[in-house]
Amino acid sequence: MKEDKHVITMLVDNEPGVLARVVGLFGGRGFNIESLCVAETVTHGVSRITIVTKANPPVVEQIEKQLNKLINVIKVRDLTHEDAVQREMVLICVKASPEFRAEILRIVDIFRCKVVDVGLEHFIIEVTGDEGKLTALLNLLKPMGIKKIARTGAIALMREPK
Amino acid sequence: MEMTGAQILMAVLKEQGVETIFGFPGGAVIDIYDELVKTDIRHILVRHEQGAVHAADGYARASGRPGVCLVTSGPGATNTVTGIATAYMDSIPMVVITGQVPTHLIGNDAFQEVDITGITRPCTKHNYLVKSVDDLARVMREAFYIANTGRPGPVLVDIPKDVANARTRWDKNAQVRIKSYQPNYKPNMKQLKKVIGLLKKAKRPLIFGGGGLILSNASEAFTEFARQTRTPVTTSLMGLGAFPGSDPLWLGMIGMHGTYRANMSAGNCDLMIAIGVRFDDRVTGKTDTFAGKAKIVHIDIDPTSIRKNVQVAVPVVGDCRESLERLNALIAEDTISDFAENHNEWLDQVEEWKNQFRLAYDQDTETIKPQFVIEKLFELTKGRAIITTEVGQNQMWAAQFYHFDGPRQFLTSGGLGTMGFGLPAAIGAKAACPDREVVDIAGDGSIQMNIQEMATAVQSCLPVKIVILNNGYLGMVRQWQELFYDRRYACTLMDHQPDFVKLAEAYGALGLRATRPDEVEAVLKEGLASEGTVIMDFVVEKEESVYPMVPAGANITEMLLV
Repeated sequence: MKEDKHVITMLVDNEPGVLARVVGLFGGRGFNIESLCVAETVTHGVSRITIVTKANPPVVEQIEKQLNKLINVIKVRDLTHEDAVQREMVLICVKASPEFRAEILRIVDIFRCKVVDVGLEHFIIEVTGDEGKLTALLNLLKPMGIKKIARTGAIALMREPK
Repeated sequence: MEMTGAQILMAVLKEQGVETIFGFPGGAVIDIYDELVKTDIRHILVRHEQGAVHAADGYARASGRPGVCLVTSGPGATNTVTGIATAYMDSIPMVVITGQVPTHLIGNDAFQEVDITGITRPCTKHNYLVKSVDDLARVMREAFYIANTGRPGPVLVDIPKDVANARTRWDKNAQVRIKSYQPNYKPNMKQLKKVIGLLKKAKRPLIFGGGGLILSNASEAFTEFARQTRTPVTTSLMGLGAFPGSDPLWLGMIGMHGTYRANMSAGNCDLMIAIGVRFDDRVTGKTDTFAGKAKIVHIDIDPTSIRKNVQVAVPVVGDCRESLERLNALIAEDTISDFAENHNEWLDQVEEWKNQFRLAYDQDTETIKPQFVIEKLFELTKGRAIITTEVGQNQMWAAQFYHFDGPRQFLTSGGLGTMGFGLPAAIGAKAACPDREVVDIAGDGSIQMNIQEMATAVQSCLPVKIVILNNGYLGMVRQWQELFYDRRYACTLMDHQPDFVKLAEAYGALGLRATRPDEVEAVLKEGLASEGTVIMDFVVEKEESVYPMVPAGANITEMLLV
């Protein structure tokens, strides 16, 4: 059966060990984690966890059900096929030799990202976007030489009714 | 009123109606024990913490009330893990209280420190480390609530020594409020009406029940459902006793060592109504072909059980008893349809399978057959004893040859398959039901895994009877080696065993032995009539195997019959 990417978001009690319960569930049952992002919400004591996973439909159903079964998980939602906004931030340290400096800045401009650190030999670029945008940018920067990269993993929210 | 953590713990245990605790003291729980002896809660001192958990488990299975045990930190806590995993796999309500080193030492690799909440996270329904005495009352109440509701399971509460000693105001009315845990008991009526629709049309219906029926006390509604619709019934190992073994609709157990007619019925039915089951691989064999000609209805309280292993036509999430009661009401309302008229032919077919191959064995005059011992035990206890088992051949023969008429009568480690379960579980069951005869059906291998609990049984005056089917082998593994490994008996021969009669005597119990078929009845009679704990050692046929048998991963209608 075909495995597709799924963005699963959940609200959890902000208690010690909750992340271990969620991650342990994925590890113990052989589910896959592509990325994971956790932080507190505005409600005191409630955090949001966003997990990107790759799985076939029956496994995704199990993932959702098993997460719901955890006592500390308040609500689970698969946002993959929903009307949701999805973003990820990446910091890219790219080699910036003199012949490429202008080209890199042009790309930065086109993609509306920011240069947050400059040196004689490098730029660090901050970019936010969905997966398509990030992949496109990385493909363009690859020929210049990417020295280091740090990604936050995806976060997502349902759009509100207009 | 100000109270210490240990006093609060006792107050909550009393409020929850706890009468018996199984445990083993140690440094981290010494303050809790100091309070425990001031209450009227009965403490049963085990010889190993694994025994405490299995005993609490047996207590819960026999009584339906949550089992409670209390152990110390470090090794005391790690020794409970097998017992907790056993209870978790079989959904047994239990609260395990472990001591922990003082909070300021946590994480310092202190003496007898272990991260027990980390270790037991995957095998508890939920667990807690109580870091402040102010949380203790709420956490303990939540622990009982979670253990006992929805799909039941074990909950562990880890209490550091300083929390047990700290003082706080005792809030008698602290309410349980868990916003993220609301088990759903009520089935969807639309789904249940679909079940009735399928049942009316079915020509070859089969009911397949499991442990969920026993956990939700659904036996009565289940039996009524089957009888009203005249549908044949099979159950998993965990469901034995949910339907009377003497009823003509009863087919026997399904699965790897299920009866011929139960497995054939599963392979040929056109509608399978599965209730309180989880389609374990020991039941389904090859899942692709399991109930291959049938539409499957699956009723269970745990949504994760549904569509986990098999595809289902009608899923129903709800409590087994509530669902069955509603189904029975729908059937009673329908005065027009005759639910049984469609499947008379099917009932004839099932009857034919019954006569084609029955559970059987040949008892000669020389060597005792293990099945014969169990049939005799069934006869002499009039089928009314609470039976616990170890794991392996003894367990399967007990399931096949002791016919259970009621729920909470057969206590066995079904999911995890824990050798060493039977004796401590029997002790727990006896503590819960002192007026019932409690018999552990054991093998000579598995009885030795928790044999130390003999001392518990004798000290605590919980006279259980132990039937050892002694074949000198780890029999079930030997059977697999015989059938699938060209009789290479790798490390399954136990040719040096203790003298179980002398061992019983050493523990202050009675030891009896039978080596010939004509001695079996006399030994059983004497053992059952004795007032104390008894080991009955039956020296049985060494290479007897359990049949029918479905090789692992095969279609369950492809059975090895002899």
